[in-house]
Amino acid sequence: MSEAPSGATGYHPAVREERVALVDLLDRVLAGGVVIAGDVTLSIADVDLVTISLRALVTSVGALQERSG
Amino acid sequence: MTAEGRCLWVYAVVDDAAPGVTGGLIGVGGGLVRVLGAAGLAALVGDVAASEFGEAALRRNLEDLDWLERTARAHHEVIETVAKERAVVPMRLATVYSGDEAVAGMLRERAADLRQALARLTGHSEWGVKAYVASPADQAGGEQPEPDDPGSGPGAAYLRRRRAQLAARRDARQEAAASAEAVYGELGRLSASARVYPPQSPEVTRHPASMVLNAAFLVADERAEEFGAAVTELAAGHRSLQLTLTGPWPGYSFTGQHQTGDLQ
Repeated sequence: MSEAPSGATGYHPAVREERVALVDLLDRVLAGGVVIAGDVTLSIADVDLVTISLRALVTSVGALQERSG
Repeated sequence: MTAEGRCLWVYAVVDDAAPGVTGGLIGVGGGLVRVLGAAGLAALVGDVAASEFGEAALRRNLEDLDWLERTARAHHEVIETVAKERAVVPMRLATVYSGDEAVAGMLRERAADLRQALARLTGHSEWGVKAYVASPADQAGGEQPEPDDPGSGPGAAYLRRRRAQLAARRDARQEAAASAEAVYGELGRLSASARVYPPQSPEVTRHPASMVLNAAFLVADERAEEFGAAVTELAAGHRSLQLTLTGPWPGYSFTGQHQTGDLQ
């Protein structure tokens, strides 16, 4: 995966996050973007989609931490 | 739309001019990205298997974090690659059509909206700014040495200390919230548009401090450096906050349907 740190452009913010974090990405791809229900996924409402995925995310991360902790 | 069939994943819409940018781009499900034109616009699409991306399969797969991550990153990489060269209007994850004609129909039907979004995003990028409550140790003057009070026992001293601790934490949170609002307003002045997402929970950020701001800003590319400098300056000026900057992002948060101007 080629995730060139975008910090290479010369900005100097307080803290630079080098890799696209999954949570930030999911914020955007699940709650942003043009919502046009494709004819295949017509019945997946956007709210459902976000709920489903965030539940998956929170559950999995929680489980991971429990296991390692 | 049979189980063995193919369907079309839509990544984004670009202006129809010079659609040659997708040469060799691999997207979701390992498929090649291609361009599908209609109504003077072009959709970036990829052929995907209905057995993995059809409606029933999507419902199942969206619950699988590994699948979700793989798919979200593949979707993002295509959009990000193209966004480096031209304005793109990203589609929400899991926008799937049965075939070319259905996508062309969507382009014709939504042409006016899509053109408006393209115009808004041209020459702009999205930047993410998150703010966490800074830990007391990071804040100037956070640790006050307690004067010794000879008139009380160790129990009372403990309670006093504990109360002071709790009050300090409450103050830190209140100050951070006020600072976050100021930061949002200040950065909004440098932006064409701004939007807030719900703060991410500590379980997913793996950051010990609580998040008080999770915002996205649409910034003209010629002001990007100024925006970055402003974040640095605000971070220095607001000791109650810890700020992080991400970007540049394609304009996911500013495609037209979700803008909210104010915090809260």
